[in-house]
Amino acid sequence: MQKVYLDNAATTKVSHEVLTEMLPAFNEVFGNPNSLHSFGREALNLVDKARDRVAAGINAERGEIYFTSGGTEANDWALLGLAMANKAKGNHIITSQIEHHSVLESCKRLENLGFEVTYLPVDETGLVDIAELLHCINQKTILVSVMAANNEIGTIQNLKTIAKIAHEKDVIFHTDAVQALGSFKIDVKDLDVDAMSISGHKIHAPKGVGALYVKKGVKIDNLIVGGGQEKGKRGGTLNLASIVGFGKAVETTVRDYTINNKKLKSLRDYFVSRVKEEIEHINVNGHNHQRLPGLASISFNFIEGESLMLLLDMAGVAVSTGSACSSGDLQTSHVLKAIGLAPEVAQGTIRFSFGTNNTKEEIDYVIEVLKKNVAKLRQMSPLKAKRVRK
Amino acid sequence: MYSENVIDRFTNPRNTGMIKGADGVGTVGNPTCGDIMKIYLKVEDETIVDAKFQTFGCAAAISSSDVAIDLIKGKTIEEALKVTNKDVLSELGELPPVKIHCSILAQEGIQAAVEDYRKKQAKKALKNSKK
Ligand SMILES: Cc1ncc(COP(=O)(O)O)c(C=O)c1O
Ligand code: FES
Repeated sequence: MQKVYLDNAATTKVSHEVLTEMLPAFNEVFGNPNSLHSFGREALNLVDKARDRVAAGINAERGEIYFTSGGTEANDWALLGLAMANKAKGNHIITSQIEHHSVLESCKRLENLGFEVTYLPVDETGLVDIAELLHCINQKTILVSVMAANNEIGTIQNLKTIAKIAHEKDVIFHTDAVQALGSFKIDVKDLDVDAMSISGHKIHAPKGVGALYVKKGVKIDNLIVGGGQEKGKRGGTLNLASIVGFGKAVETTVRDYTINNKKLKSLRDYFVSRVKEEIEHINVNGHNHQRLPGLASISFNFIEGESLMLLLDMAGVAVSTGSACSSGDLQTSHVLKAIGLAPEVAQGTIRFSFGTNNTKEEIDYVIEVLKKNVAKLRQMSPLKAKRVRK
Repeated sequence: MYSENVIDRFTNPRNTGMIKGADGVGTVGNPTCGDIMKIYLKVEDETIVDAKFQTFGCAAAISSSDVAIDLIKGKTIEEALKVTNKDVLSELGELPPVKIHCSILAQEGIQAAVEDYRKKQAKKALKNSKK
């Protein structure tokens, strides 16, 4: 059976270049980067190189990159650590309604600790309401955290504007750039962010590695304590091989992003136009152009997404409903709700996320499978298009 | 996540569709997941001679409704009312814990269809008595 992977926003395959770079870091160079002997120093050299590559990829300094176990830890740390380090100044935090669960649940935790959190609404394209941000930022605000690009609908925020508003009030600005990394040029100086979360496995590095960028001079409390690693800011023996792979992945993703984006965008646009041609009663979610190049979120009206996802899976096509993390969760996606989709429309939403290895032929196959199975489920559905009387 | 039987019922449901002029139609939904199930009954002499379903929902909901229809076809209304989600599950096989409510939805669907049937019967009786 043909197999087509269209779930690159959930995770990607480790690239050959990355894997090659990693292999020696399992058994040739295996010292603990914190050991002072030659084995340790050799490992530390690899970590330094990776740190330089990550820093270069986002135009940061080496000392501003802290390796973590991934995007979730980076987000948890940023929210908790920045809030706690600045609590003398105030207790108000601003974020958006469409953040990743790692940010939203950290905010809930902060609320339990006595912080106040404002969850900014978004418009129907997923853009954060800037007027509302201006309205609610105040003397007590200590942190603004808004994601760079959304994982479900792909909308890319106006980060510079948000950073400017935060900084005019002397407020720290953090962004979750896990989905954005590699999709557009991210320059922490140009964007003027104070802290930024990134993750390896969305850019062809292994799962379980990422980093938090913290601008020099920005105070942050620890999340993981013990061990003194990462200048005492994040305990735990470094995940050497994965960090090496992450460094290489950032380097390659930044090196190749123009050509990759062109390819992703043309695949995505071809797919979306074919879906529009072949299937009635659909809507494409997210912003028209401020959107991740390889992502299409499409609502197939009158049917339910999990059913469609399963039927596609049986035909070898891997996609996700809402976001992968919330599959198995009964509630409809908070993101689709925030952009104003009716619950039954949100439920019929599928995320297709392309990789540079996908081909036009694969897309043609997916369209066939999609057409057949959407029709099948619609035929079973009690919801129907209201026939407009001519 | 799903057993072979669930997948089989989901991919090749036997009982989908609607019945024009059905004697009883029940629509139920689960507010949490938002799934909707509609059950149609054709009844003669208090016996369900035909039944169909339409479901907007997950694979568990679709397969549960398909099995539920098998369980009530040929039964009397009284018997149909005794069909529970346990019967659906024992016929269908295990469902993951978060999906148990899908089988309950099937049970509720039958009950709603029967209720509608009873209402329609009562209306008819009233009309006849007025004649
Ligand atoms: C926007 C966003 N933030 C954070 C994460 C979490 O990253 P990780 O899987 O590395 O923990 C993800 C992916 O799952 C994501 O899409
Ligand atoms: S998830 Fe609610 S009916 Fe299946």
